[in-house]
Amino acid sequence: MVGRADGEGALVIKAAVRFIDQRTGTAPMIKKTLRYIFPDHWSFLLGEVALYCFMLLVATGVYLTFFFDDSVSQTTYHGPYKPLDGATMSHAYQSVLHISFSTKAGLLMRQTHHWAANVFVAAIILHLLRVFFTGAFRKPRDLTYLIGIGMLTLALLEGYLGYSLADDLLSGMGLAIGYSVAMSIPFVGANFATLIWGGPFPGSSSFWPRMFIAHVLIFPILIALLLTVHLVLVASRHHTQFKASKRETERQVVGVPAFPAQAPRSLGLMFAVFGVLFLLGGLVQINPVWLWGPYHVGDATNGAQPDWYLGWLIGALRLVPSWDFTIGNYTVVPNPFWGGVLFPAIVFGIVALWPFLERRFTGDVAFHNLLDRPRDNPWRTAIGMALLTWVFLTFMAGSADRVDVLFGIPYSRQIWIYRVIVWVGPLLVGVITKRVCEELLRGEQASAVRRSAIAEG
Amino acid sequence: MTKLKDWLVAGTVLLLGRRERERGPERQPIVAAGAPNHRAENVLLLLFFLVTLAAAAFIAVYALDRLSNQTQWLGLALGGSFCLLAAACLVIAKHLVVTEELAEPYPERESPCAQGEIEQIVHESGSRFTRKRLVTLAGSGALGALGLAALVPAASLGPVLDTDSLYTTPWRKGRRLVDDAGKPFAVADVREQTFYTAYPEGADRELIGAPLVVVRLPPGELKERRSWAPHGIVAYSKICTHAGCAIALYRKPTFAPTQPRPALVCPCHYSTFDPADAGKVIFGPAGRALPQLPLLVDRKGELRAAGNFSGPVGPSWWGVRMGKARS
Repeated sequence: MVGRADGEGALVIKAAVRFIDQRTGTAPMIKKTLRYIFPDHWSFLLGEVALYCFMLLVATGVYLTFFFDDSVSQTTYHGPYKPLDGATMSHAYQSVLHISFSTKAGLLMRQTHHWAANVFVAAIILHLLRVFFTGAFRKPRDLTYLIGIGMLTLALLEGYLGYSLADDLLSGMGLAIGYSVAMSIPFVGANFATLIWGGPFPGSSSFWPRMFIAHVLIFPILIALLLTVHLVLVASRHHTQFKASKRETERQVVGVPAFPAQAPRSLGLMFAVFGVLFLLGGLVQINPVWLWGPYHVGDATNGAQPDWYLGWLIGALRLVPSWDFTIGNYTVVPNPFWGGVLFPAIVFGIVALWPFLERRFTGDVAFHNLLDRPRDNPWRTAIGMALLTWVFLTFMAGSADRVDVLFGIPYSRQIWIYRVIVWVGPLLVGVITKRVCEELLRGEQASAVRRSAIAEG
Repeated sequence: MTKLKDWLVAGTVLLLGRRERERGPERQPIVAAGAPNHRAENVLLLLFFLVTLAAAAFIAVYALDRLSNQTQWLGLALGGSFCLLAAACLVIAKHLVVTEELAEPYPERESPCAQGEIEQIVHESGSRFTRKRLVTLAGSGALGALGLAALVPAASLGPVLDTDSLYTTPWRKGRRLVDDAGKPFAVADVREQTFYTAYPEGADRELIGAPLVVVRLPPGELKERRSWAPHGIVAYSKICTHAGCAIALYRKPTFAPTQPRPALVCPCHYSTFDPADAGKVIFGPAGRALPQLPLLVDRKGELRAAGNFSGPVGPSWWGVRMGKARS
């Protein structure tokens, strides 16, 4: 019986392979793909997690579009959620309430979508850290790296657009901040902001449909395009690898083949990502918009916090002292520019230009397929850690109000402390990191010398 | 005879064997063989069964009409079935397929030959041009102009050059202040140590220049613009001059050691304004004072605007100090 089934299976495979090859001529390519070699390290899976989040975002997002209404014309709510009964709100917000309370599986999809967005950005950032600290961005993968930075930028904007669309109180406050940051761009800010919003805040009625199209069509397509190029480039230059034994060299890649060894691992990771996100979406509440209420220009709530990946920007906006830079009556730099535009531009600028800066300063223009351990390049690791500390402390400053409420440390005192440590902290961390890396290397050299001395007897 | 028979058999075997070889060599295995693992296979079958069960549970939960915590059950069923499927994949990866460690050379780093040919093709294709630089310049100019022309319709999105509307607010002299429900503010109803939101009567409340924050201070505490504050009642734009959020916190009563004065605070970035001193910034990132609206009391004892704001409302832009608030 078993033998017969096997025989039939083989016939089906044979027929399928022949069918595809005769019509596409891709059998040699498929064969090569099946035996594509994946070097094996847990940290190489972070990018895959981001990819699977994106797939789930598209799937759940498509579902949500079938129920979402992008109109901000006002209506009066009469639905199952009694605390908001009789409230004036936009159709957009009402449709989100409808998705949450009156659509079967609607809340599951909405919450899973939101969780997936948060994990998506987290996975991209962890992937970026892995690539940075191991030097995987070096030639010939600097272009791949830049495309990755582009996707991170798009992912942040896409997430912001997504939670803005709900038109709840928090999302409205977020848009007011976004508008103010746009307005603060020197010389052209007001023109840019009124162009995008279709007039002064809260903008024209077509702003919402535009935001919707940007969120569900333009940004996803851009991300998908960059994703494709990113993956094609990864495959064409092949994966990087750690030097685990003598077999891994700059010229030879060592690992497991895509099929059969890698395929069930990757599929398993994909299903695990889906599974965890659906569990989170079903069991762990996220962004309960009905509690925030509808947005009106004159309303705000205390303790407002954005999604985690914008925390560094709210921290930066809060840390900057009261200062508009003016010449006469002309306001050259309105305040939100410092924290909302300049700070992220510097961070993204350094991160994006790093491969080229490093090449300039080290003169290293060689091909690199072998990864560094963080300690192997103390300068890079130190500067990376300093930059990370800068961003992280600013992120922490964004939660000073919660710390005030929870632990009673006065907000203004915390802000003054942060205003100092966001500058001192990175320097300190950078110096310590460099020292630690150098000591680790020295320790390795010393033990290698000792070992060879013992071997010589 | 036996010897002949032996030779015949040997010859046939050799011939047949050769014919076999001629038909094609015995296929070398590509994937290394491994021993069966019945236990892992059993676990895999069990996992597949559980995935089926969880998926069916999802459908059943979906079909139920009155189920409390339906979202949670749906998430548990769907998430659970995906997690079980992940476990099944891991069983396959760990125990049911052979893990081979292979090595192969990295792809060619570059193809200098093809690079040279590409350069050659591009170079040779231009043999009929005599003024290459001029043609390139004119061509880039043409494409640039066309690109710009293609971008121009984007200006229809919004008023890109008309920033005048940023100065306008719905307030003008005589306009009555009303609350959330449309009720006017009688002076006698406005109490100290509390915080009111007011809107312009008969105007769009969703304009950034519409909402006001109104507080009452002892008239003696006011440091500036006393004539704007009948009975010590001051009105400011509710929109923070930093990032456009509504000012939703009034720090009064105060805690003398750290917060000696009443203050209006924006919950987004904690810009803090002094209502007794023309809305000046006393903490936080805002770069401008909060625009103040002069008030008057009409014959019925109700609050009305005595004019427009002391300056443009909302977040700063390049021209925010170049014009006044207009109606």
